[in-house]
Amino acid sequence: MQKQPIFRSKLLPYALVAPQLAIVLIFFYWPALQAVIQSFLLQDAFGLSTSFVWFENYVELFSEPAYFETIVRTFFFSFAIAASSLSVALLLAVMADKPLRGGAIYRTLLIWPYAVAPPVVGVLWVFMLHPSLGVLSRYLRAAGIEWNPLLDGDQAATLVILAAAWKQISYNFLFFLAGLAAIPKSVLEAAAIDGARPMRRFWTVTFPLLSPTIFFLLVVNIVYAFFDTFGIIDTMTRGGPGKSTETLVYKVYNDGLIGGNLGSSAAQSVILMIMVIVLTGIQFRFVERKVTY
Amino acid sequence: MVEQEGFRRYVAHIILWIGIAIVAFPVYVAFVASTQDNALIANGQMSLLPGGHFFEVYYQTIFVGTSGTTREPVGNMMLNSLVMALMVAVGKIAISIISAYAIVYFRFPLRMPIFWLIFITLMLPVEVRIYPTYKIVADLHMLDSYAGLSLPLIASATATLLFRQFFMTVPDELLEASRIDGAGPLRFFWDTLLPLSRTNMAALFVILFILGWNQYLWPLLITTRDDMQTIQIGIRKMMTTNDALTEWPIVMATAVLAMLPPVFVVVAMQKLFVRGLVETEK
Amino acid sequence: MANVTLRNVRKTYTGGFEAIKGVNVDVGDGQFCVLVGPSGCGKSTLLRMVAGLETVTGGEIDIGGKVVNQVEPADRDIAMVFQNYALYPHMSVFNNMAYGLRNRGMKEAEIKTRVEEAARVLELSAMLERKPRQLSGGQRQRVAMGRAIVRQPKVFLFDEPLSNLDAKLRIAMRVEIRKLQRRLNVTSIYVTHDQLEAMTLADILVVMNGGQVEQIGNPLAIYEKPATTFVASFIGAPPMNLMATRADEIKSQLGGSAGDAGILGIRPEDFVITDQTPAGGVALSLTVEAIERVGAETFVYGARAEEEQHVAATPGELPPGEIIVRIPGTEAPAIGEKIRVAAVRSKLHLFSGDGRKRVEA
Repeated sequence: MQKQPIFRSKLLPYALVAPQLAIVLIFFYWPALQAVIQSFLLQDAFGLSTSFVWFENYVELFSEPAYFETIVRTFFFSFAIAASSLSVALLLAVMADKPLRGGAIYRTLLIWPYAVAPPVVGVLWVFMLHPSLGVLSRYLRAAGIEWNPLLDGDQAATLVILAAAWKQISYNFLFFLAGLAAIPKSVLEAAAIDGARPMRRFWTVTFPLLSPTIFFLLVVNIVYAFFDTFGIIDTMTRGGPGKSTETLVYKVYNDGLIGGNLGSSAAQSVILMIMVIVLTGIQFRFVERKVTY
Repeated sequence: MVEQEGFRRYVAHIILWIGIAIVAFPVYVAFVASTQDNALIANGQMSLLPGGHFFEVYYQTIFVGTSGTTREPVGNMMLNSLVMALMVAVGKIAISIISAYAIVYFRFPLRMPIFWLIFITLMLPVEVRIYPTYKIVADLHMLDSYAGLSLPLIASATATLLFRQFFMTVPDELLEASRIDGAGPLRFFWDTLLPLSRTNMAALFVILFILGWNQYLWPLLITTRDDMQTIQIGIRKMMTTNDALTEWPIVMATAVLAMLPPVFVVVAMQKLFVRGLVETEK
Repeated sequence: MANVTLRNVRKTYTGGFEAIKGVNVDVGDGQFCVLVGPSGCGKSTLLRMVAGLETVTGGEIDIGGKVVNQVEPADRDIAMVFQNYALYPHMSVFNNMAYGLRNRGMKEAEIKTRVEEAARVLELSAMLERKPRQLSGGQRQRVAMGRAIVRQPKVFLFDEPLSNLDAKLRIAMRVEIRKLQRRLNVTSIYVTHDQLEAMTLADILVVMNGGQVEQIGNPLAIYEKPATTFVASFIGAPPMNLMATRADEIKSQLGGSAGDAGILGIRPEDFVITDQTPAGGVALSLTVEAIERVGAETFVYGARAEEEQHVAATPGELPPGEIIVRIPGTEAPAIGEKIRVAAVRSKLHLFSGDGRKRVEA
């Protein structure tokens, strides 16, 4: 945690932490505190008076079936995005881990989507699968599918999941590649000598040894699906049609900005905070155990 | 191993190329669309081969913008994004490295509480404190300003942790030698620690630059003036209008331009990028 | 130029651990003092206290007639060579040496003269522009030396500077360091755990154990008259053979004044294989168990027979195979052979039963 030989100075260390501390207090803790306070307040329709209402905002929130639906939807999105992105990335990483000619080129060509911003991802995919002008929609229609994500909620959800998973492939790919590189070659050679064929070797040796990476990525992907999909959803569907692509974060934004319901929005923020704390907690517990293998 | 010869290898090559195609296709479509005529696209007649309008579309996008009433040249948006990305990346690195230095190399009351205060911000992403943060920035009269765009994002628990971790690996003897050589705390930081942190700073810069360039929710909240919007916000505003009126070639050109700088950084500085990504996740 | 005096120096850590339990050492101007002892004995801590890198919790450290307990390391006019060299990895060899001078505001021209002179002496002139990672271990070591030399300090401090080098280079550098120190005539304090390095370098040898000084003196004097069994076994390789004896037997064998002795020590090199028993000396019967021939000399490892002449062990305290005998050349008895070794009276060392005191016969 700290060096043995240290400097002795009374003011300097405070001067050094002051900028970060100021920003953290002004832009992180103060707003977070405001959110907590706000979540206990109710504003009248004209914003003229506010009253302290204890947990009323929370109670109201949880009595709303729509909120439950949003929670379920967010988790469904998270797992769908994580599962599809992780499986594609793992397949690609296993292939790229082989000693192939042009291996470095494959790597470069697969990692760059990390740098594409979520709103841009949304624009790209909505354009490609736009009901009337999308280049892929033509083929879907030709295949007899009534494709219209602007009206069909399930199709809109599929579109969001596809786009979000697409962006995350490169990230997962990179970490899988690092995880695979960390598996000692001698272990795989021993398995080969023990008579395990490549497929069997993958499932009995590589996959278990990769499980810390998989778990780590699972958590990261869930966090990503919770928060970073905001930009994708906002440019693709604005949460619609209906509420079919509204996630928890999007709802906070929507209810506060459009609905003007600050108390409810703040209560939702607080619930999200608790979820992040849990997720980060899991992630850190895991990081400590990363060395199991 | 022997069995990796031949057939399996071909399968691997094929799968990888399919993967690359999946990853690249949406971007290819965007590029193709940005070189074609809007009427053709709006009719659903878009070709999958590049059209002949490359120069005119990109010229209009960068220097003029859409033909809507609130037009804004994308070149200006890119400038805003660049300023914001640089301020966020440089700011995060600067304030994180000095606070990590204080925490590792000094012993002072409140040292641990301050460390925890910084650390816990990991759990307070902007998404969970949207409106109160907006309100503070508004109260500080920083809406529609570069300071408002970047300052609230400048704290970084990740960067602070990363530098802390790196400083812990710097041999103690280096500090002792510096002290015997007559260097005080600031001089040791400037002459020795900072040069040694160069690679870490560069790797972090790559990641943070991309992060800053790709910010969306925050600029969406605090920019109202068109001349302050970043490219990510601009792209959304272009699509706000009725689908039929959307100028798709310009939207797609903007999307391509929005991708260009961060993708270039990833490809050109791949080593630093990978290092930064892996290190910041530790 | 200065002498360094430690007066009852103590170091107690906040947890209550006493690392240094009151040390008194006086190093004269231009002398080479070596602190030697096993790891954890406090020798490095003591050196770092002289450097000002560790605080002093008791007593006084005096450099050149001035108590420096509260003086910052930079202001003590000392230079230090670290075990891992602690070169600034991002600076060239030249800048590594120049850094401390620049921090003191010296003129560039003077810095250049000093660094180039040091580089010439250390044969580093051709590598002044290189970075430390482009140098071999021995070269890095010389840069670390150079950094100390250019400062022209009152005192040189060395913290195991050779322990990261291979055996051959270590010997070469040891000689170099000694020559350099003689030439510059700067008071030096040198920490090592290697007794051979200590013996060859020191004007004054300080043998430490458990935070205390066991013995201070001229290396040969310490070799010839170790003050405790710890010093006896630490200085000299292979170590001195130590045998517990019954006091009454010693008394009868060696005369009245040895009455307090409980431990008898004989160096391996002081044994001779012979059938005779020297008057007043000691003879032992051994069964040869192992032989080590190293060319110029041979080490014979023998188990002591139960019945032995003149000196008997307390049963159980001396396991068999405890005696090492050094003989010149390669002629040696065969394994399993029974031999008789003897040492003359003047080569016997007698210690009190607890090993803390030398008993002069």
